[in-house]
Amino acid sequence: MENFEPKILCFLCKWCTYAGADLAGTSRIKYPPNGVVVKTLCSSRVDAQHVMEAFEQGIDGVFIGGCHPGDCHYQTGNYKTRRRVTLLKTTLEQLGVNPERLTLEWISASEGKKFARTMEEFTQKIKDLGPIPEYDFTENRVSEVKR
Amino acid sequence: MKRIGVFVCHCGVNIKDTVDVEQITEDLKNHPDIEHIENYMFMCSEPGQNILKNAIQEKKLDGVVVAACSPTLHESTFRDAVKEAGLNEYQCEIANIREQCSWVHADKAEATHKAKVIIQTAVAKLKLNESLSAISAPVTRKALVIGGGIAGIQAAIDIADAGYEVVLVEKKPSIGGHMIQLSETFPTLDCSQCILTPKMVQASKSDNVTLLVNSEVEEVEGYIGNFNVKIKQEPQLVDPDKCNLCDDCTEACPVLVPDEHEEGLAWRKAIYIPFPQAIPATFTIDEDNCLGLDPIACGKCKDVCEAEAINYDAKPEIIEEEVGAIIVATGYDLYPVENLAEYGYGKYPDVITSLQFERILSATGPTGGEVRRPSDGKIPEEVAFIHCCGSRDPDRHLPYCSKICCMYSTKHAKLYKHKVPDGQPYNFYIDIRSGGKQYEEFVQNSQEEEELIFIRGKVARIYQDNDKMIIRGTDTLSGESIELEADMVVLAMGIQPTQGTDDLAQKLKLNTDENGFMVEAHPKLRPVESIQAGFFLAGTTQGPKDIPETVSQASGAAAKALALLSSDEIFHSPIIATVDTELCSGCGICVATCPYDARERNEAEGIVEVNEILCEGCGACISACPSNASQQKNLTDLQISDMIKIVASK
Repeated sequence: MENFEPKILCFLCKWCTYAGADLAGTSRIKYPPNGVVVKTLCSSRVDAQHVMEAFEQGIDGVFIGGCHPGDCHYQTGNYKTRRRVTLLKTTLEQLGVNPERLTLEWISASEGKKFARTMEEFTQKIKDLGPIPEYDFTENRVSEVKR
Repeated sequence: MKRIGVFVCHCGVNIKDTVDVEQITEDLKNHPDIEHIENYMFMCSEPGQNILKNAIQEKKLDGVVVAACSPTLHESTFRDAVKEAGLNEYQCEIANIREQCSWVHADKAEATHKAKVIIQTAVAKLKLNESLSAISAPVTRKALVIGGGIAGIQAAIDIADAGYEVVLVEKKPSIGGHMIQLSETFPTLDCSQCILTPKMVQASKSDNVTLLVNSEVEEVEGYIGNFNVKIKQEPQLVDPDKCNLCDDCTEACPVLVPDEHEEGLAWRKAIYIPFPQAIPATFTIDEDNCLGLDPIACGKCKDVCEAEAINYDAKPEIIEEEVGAIIVATGYDLYPVENLAEYGYGKYPDVITSLQFERILSATGPTGGEVRRPSDGKIPEEVAFIHCCGSRDPDRHLPYCSKICCMYSTKHAKLYKHKVPDGQPYNFYIDIRSGGKQYEEFVQNSQEEEELIFIRGKVARIYQDNDKMIIRGTDTLSGESIELEADMVVLAMGIQPTQGTDDLAQKLKLNTDENGFMVEAHPKLRPVESIQAGFFLAGTTQGPKDIPETVSQASGAAAKALALLSSDEIFHSPIIATVDTELCSGCGICVATCPYDARERNEAEGIVEVNEILCEGCGACISACPSNASQQKNLTDLQISDMIKIVASK
């Protein structure tokens, strides 16, 4: 447990949080290297099945970053994400996954510091939770979709 | 199988110092999905791009990952390079190993590992990338301008002069907006009507301009380059083509109504011409107050109209127009003066608004340009001008500075002195904001030449004592309370978006800010465009501004609209939603999810389709689709799934 380095998947919307992460970079603010980013145009692109699959594949924490309420580039995408994440957390709990492994944060393009701080806090939280147990949510697996 | 090349940039030392680029090159050399990998000091430089282009041709690559800085910086550079080498631009992916790796991590081993994972996720995504090209659509070469004030007039003239058709829609019976009400304009003291009426005439006489007054936009459908607009025109009770302006009707009309153009300082009839220079030049009937619409009640004007221009039975009309660009120029209203109860407007007739004072100063106004106070027509010996009425008061009123009030209040004091040389104006101000060409000079010169008295302080209360108004407040420079007598008080009202701006924004799907102003695409670099493609903003609908700024923005908006109208076709990002018709059950969940009305039911097929031009590619519908029938081009569920697997396994 001491040396546990969690694997974290970050879905970041292009307009706000991805740009906020870039700003953390240009400002040279250091944070733990556990998170790897998948860029989406909007946080609302993130499907519950992506999160489920990530946990099933052994990713320890999933971070979704979107624009602040009212600032969504696509008008209302972040509200949809908020609703989905709330619902998904309940589902995760029912499936026995600690819902704290999933987090949704509003980080704007000007909040480089906040991005770094949030990554730090989330990495620590997942470290405290420990490695994710093995799960198999077969019914929801995306690999079932025809390729 | 795709032949993928990976190019790792050192970015001088920016990447190389923290990420071991040689190690990555070595480690990924035998990666099953990577055909070729190399690293170079500056991939974005000309030699760097040549390395990329040569490798594409020599190694017959059909996909490229550049591991370098954020895609925000050089994605377009590398896509262009890839295109020059004969590949589709969407076969190039950027792995962001600078901003999101080398610059934010200190440990070289950890950063190198992470960079390797980032590169592999990019490769995984690229493997399934389709070659795409921008979606094109034709452009309707006609513009709609909403609002017939100086902003809308200027924009319409500019578009018409460039040879394109424009529909100018105005809610009121005449174009001219607030500017036609003004007396003289700061800082040059040009007569407002003298400079505006020629423009009004020009706009109305242009063959390219269709002018629709008494009209409002009812509905807008479509997308950039191709809008369908429904405009509701109130009934034309007086036919403008027949009316010969003889004025017999107003003499016959028995109904008196406060005159809007005169800001309630005079009366008009229910049949009237808004002001002598109105465009279109015709009388008009105020439906709400006319008795003749009930034929038994009146009908006097119709009886005297020899031109037979009056038709009480006229019905509202819906006019449909197809346009390619829309300019919103709906202007401002004064902040409601009733909200400033402590100043006694409405209770004391000699407390008036700044626009009312403009009418009093105007040669065509209710007093013929003589400064006389409303209560008894007396020439006021002392006038108090209260700045910032409603502005800069985040707790109670508007939080922002209305920008024009310092200048027009100084102008008011100066013009008052011109008309009443023995009179004494007092200006109560918080700060004087006179940024603008010749503005500070105007304030300084006015203060010196006209011996104006400026008192720094906020007025707490205004009340009447006999025939004097008493102004009480604090002089914030001396800290002492002051009490002043004046014969008339002019409230420099702040400005806010015109009533109905919110409704219009909803109809057009535009955003408004916390104060109700229309939001521009970028506050500095795209100030005349709205975030919605094809919509442009002009004048005070976007924020407080003076006439020169309004005209500049209007011409800017017109130029942007013209750039659009003069294109043969418009291009749109192809990263949009798609539908697998075999999987789609036609449930329609996506229809409700889409903020752009880009999802259309195909009842015949029992499926829902995507309007490629309307779709902005947010992806909300894709994650909402319960059948996995919706996908995003080049970011499909499979691509995301493959990236997840990379992150999980490394």
